[in-house]
Amino acid sequence: MIERTPLLNLATYAVMFIGALVVFVPLWLVFVGATLTVREINTPELHYITGSHLFENLQAAWARGNLGGRLLNSLIMSLGVATGKVVMSALTAFGLVYFRFPGRMLAFWLIFITLMLPLEVRIVPTYAVAANALWPFQSMLDVSGLTGLIQMLSGIQIGLEWNLLNSYTGLVLPLIATATGTFLYRQFFLTVPDELLEAARMDGAGPFRFLVEFLMPLSRTNMAALFTIMFLYAWNQYLWPLLATPDRAGFGTTAVVELKLLAPTVSTNGGGTPDWNVAMAGCLIVMLPPLLLVAFMQRYFVRGLIATEK
Amino acid sequence: MEKRATFSMGWLGFAFILPQILLVFTFFYWPTGAAMYWAFTLERPWGGGNEWVGFDNFRQIFADRAYWGSIIRSLMFAASTAILSMAFGLLLAVACDRGLKGYQAFRTIFVWPYAVVAPAAALAFRFIFAPEAGIFASLVKAYPEFWNPAQNGYHAMAMIIICYSWKYAAYCFIFFLAALQAIPRSVIEASALDGAGVLRRVFDIQLPLITPTFFFMLVISITDSFQDSFGIVDVMTDGGPGKATELLVYKIYFDGFRGLDYSGAAAQSIVLMLIMMVLTFFQFRYIERRVHYS
Amino acid sequence: MAAVTLKSVKKNYGTTTVVHGVDLHIEAGEFVVILGPSGCGKSTLLRMIAGLEAITDGEISIGDKIVNELEPRERGCAMVFQNYALYPHMTVSENIGYALKVAGLAKADRMARISAVANMLGLADFLDRKPMQLSGGQRQRVAMGRAMIREPDVFLYDEPLSNLDARLRVAMRIEIRKLHQRLGTTSLFVTHDQVEAMTLADRIVVMNKGQIEQVGSPDDVYHRPASTYVAGFVGSPGLNLLSVIIDRASQQIRFKDGQAIALDSTHWPHLPEGPVTLGFRAEQAAIVSEGGLTISPHFSEALGPSRLLHGTVGAEQAVISIGGTQHYADDAPLQAEIPSNAMHFFDPVNGRRILPLP
Repeated sequence: MIERTPLLNLATYAVMFIGALVVFVPLWLVFVGATLTVREINTPELHYITGSHLFENLQAAWARGNLGGRLLNSLIMSLGVATGKVVMSALTAFGLVYFRFPGRMLAFWLIFITLMLPLEVRIVPTYAVAANALWPFQSMLDVSGLTGLIQMLSGIQIGLEWNLLNSYTGLVLPLIATATGTFLYRQFFLTVPDELLEAARMDGAGPFRFLVEFLMPLSRTNMAALFTIMFLYAWNQYLWPLLATPDRAGFGTTAVVELKLLAPTVSTNGGGTPDWNVAMAGCLIVMLPPLLLVAFMQRYFVRGLIATEK
Repeated sequence: MEKRATFSMGWLGFAFILPQILLVFTFFYWPTGAAMYWAFTLERPWGGGNEWVGFDNFRQIFADRAYWGSIIRSLMFAASTAILSMAFGLLLAVACDRGLKGYQAFRTIFVWPYAVVAPAAALAFRFIFAPEAGIFASLVKAYPEFWNPAQNGYHAMAMIIICYSWKYAAYCFIFFLAALQAIPRSVIEASALDGAGVLRRVFDIQLPLITPTFFFMLVISITDSFQDSFGIVDVMTDGGPGKATELLVYKIYFDGFRGLDYSGAAAQSIVLMLIMMVLTFFQFRYIERRVHYS
Repeated sequence: MAAVTLKSVKKNYGTTTVVHGVDLHIEAGEFVVILGPSGCGKSTLLRMIAGLEAITDGEISIGDKIVNELEPRERGCAMVFQNYALYPHMTVSENIGYALKVAGLAKADRMARISAVANMLGLADFLDRKPMQLSGGQRQRVAMGRAMIREPDVFLYDEPLSNLDARLRVAMRIEIRKLHQRLGTTSLFVTHDQVEAMTLADRIVVMNKGQIEQVGSPDDVYHRPASTYVAGFVGSPGLNLLSVIIDRASQQIRFKDGQAIALDSTHWPHLPEGPVTLGFRAEQAAIVSEGGLTISPHFSEALGPSRLLHGTVGAEQAVISIGGTQHYADDAPLQAEIPSNAMHFFDPVNGRRILPLP
């Protein structure tokens, strides 16, 4: 459109430029911080020029935070959540959209209500479930009197126990027990024309073939979007891994949780000044994977965010 | 909306949704149910039986000034982060939506903060705002009372609000920009032909047309501020100084896992759930009222 | 009311050129239709006149003012969009009156003009509705009202009827034409539908691949197409086009399959020797018992008032139109006689018309 608005354009650029500064300056200060020595960084002045100790600090952060193993944990957890979510969402949405069975609407609502409440608000009992994933089933047996009955008949005391703490399963499963992606897939499947299924069935395709050879290829962009978004979501998790990995010496925890230990607070060692240069180096390392992912997958990332939030 | 064409084997459909149902039961409904049960009983930590106490737990938390304090702080946190991040997000989105030369580069930059892990952002801002090192240290040296988030609760609160808003503005930006770009080009062109200039179009056409997104973002940003604030609070302030930044989820965590008060934590969880459900209900109502372009 | 003049107007998107130097003059008060297939650059041309697209090169003037650098609102154009582009959050009356509101007109004046326009378009009962609550035809009218109320110098229509069903399209077409008769505003109408073009236009501009193929009255374009492109695009069916060889010595027109028909060289004194393209209208050929061009029909289409017989001459397609009540056995070859004054000849290389009818 032809528009002669030089002043307004200038103002627009000014707004965008200031916005970019607001985004950029904190990140730059982190980077600068990671290049200084402890002595340099703990002086009361603005550090905006890089020093020469980046690699030492990165190495120190890597060693102190045991970041090799922690990043691996983060990676496995995030891949697990992303993959699990994509597969489970597709299967569930397929079952809900393309089949009719008694209780379908009930199942639909049971699944979609989970959108309302995030993990954080039911964190305490979820922890108890993770400590023994079979607790719900044991309780049901106990309450229904089956435990007693079986013990009376066979003499075996049923004690179901499956501890998920300090395991990848425990990190992943509670995070994929929501309907986020299911909703996305359902919306997508509903837009697929009926004629496609009718034509596919005329050609002799059954449910599995239709799912694998029609719906999956058609939903490739959705899949990429959901995967990106879920990977980020999982990588960002803090509260759940903090609780689900009490065995810090053995299993360890995720890189994001480990970050706090690089900059001790009142609760970890009674405060004191952290080694900011090393902490900032750790910050850089932990920030990098999701930033790269977003840089390469920006299209899918934005699309996925908008699609999964409905 | 329903499909006309379906497969006939109903049991197979059930088999497809069974894994999800099992997971949701184990990790959503059972814990939610357990929270309700605990909220009405007095649970001894780590087993040892429990007794039914009715609404006692709720009476207790509502009589607790610390709990009211954390509710008020959470609301304050929600309101200020919502205003800050939505205002910035909207301003940047409107600027980018003008499509001036080179706006794509700015768009990419504005999305970044969302990709920065929250605890990492928290650590970064804690460093930037640290009174012992960096720019704030020099100010503190000159005016000792000027800045001390380790001891002044308001300063600590301001710090977590700024950090959270910095990150969340990117999220608002993404949604507002998408909403602005969903407005058909021709509607904007029609108003340009009608004589409306750039600013006039923003206020007469673009902003009114994205009001649904605006309300949607308002609700989402409030509910998100309840759940996503935990990492930032834990890394930056540990809820301190002196509980000044103890938000609802942090208090649930603290009472449940540090204080081992399962019943109190459960009652708090139920209250938070109710708040979230009311807000989400509003949000679902607004989804129905999207503007349709045709 | 104002004249519109385009002088070698060009538009590039990056390295692709979508409009190649168009020259066009539209008289004040004239109704001009730009006709062409999708992607021919016709909408781009219209949007450049409106100021919605910048021009790469050339000059556009409205009235006696060069408008190249003017913003859309300063050009005195009103536009009806293909999807109407109504403001979904405003009522019908707010939609129609928005331009006046922006111009700062007092509310009472505004309402008076809104109701005058609404009465003219039969929208008086719907003024408080939102666009979503209107039918397609009513939305179309609101879009027209929004353009009319400004009493613009030029009306621009960007395929405004293509979203309507067939019956409504005919009704709106007539209304647009009547409106033009009453208001007399210079109008530019873009469409790919040749029936719309024929019925609405004082003059038709046929465009192809970013270039003007022909400018002329509907009669000109239909009866005297300037190129094979126009000939094939205008009319339903388009002009039959067959490659032939002119043999002046024997006074014959030879077809590729070896057939020959007589060339009336007194009627065509200047026709060159050698290969040319012969064109004729389906309805101007008559079926005769012998001595015509032999066409092998393979398919017939009943249109009601007429019947189209699709056939071949050698490897090329030809269509003959017969009366709707006449029947013809599908597979029996027929003899078609083409009157000399119904023949058109085109250059086989560049497709331009060779000789005007004498």
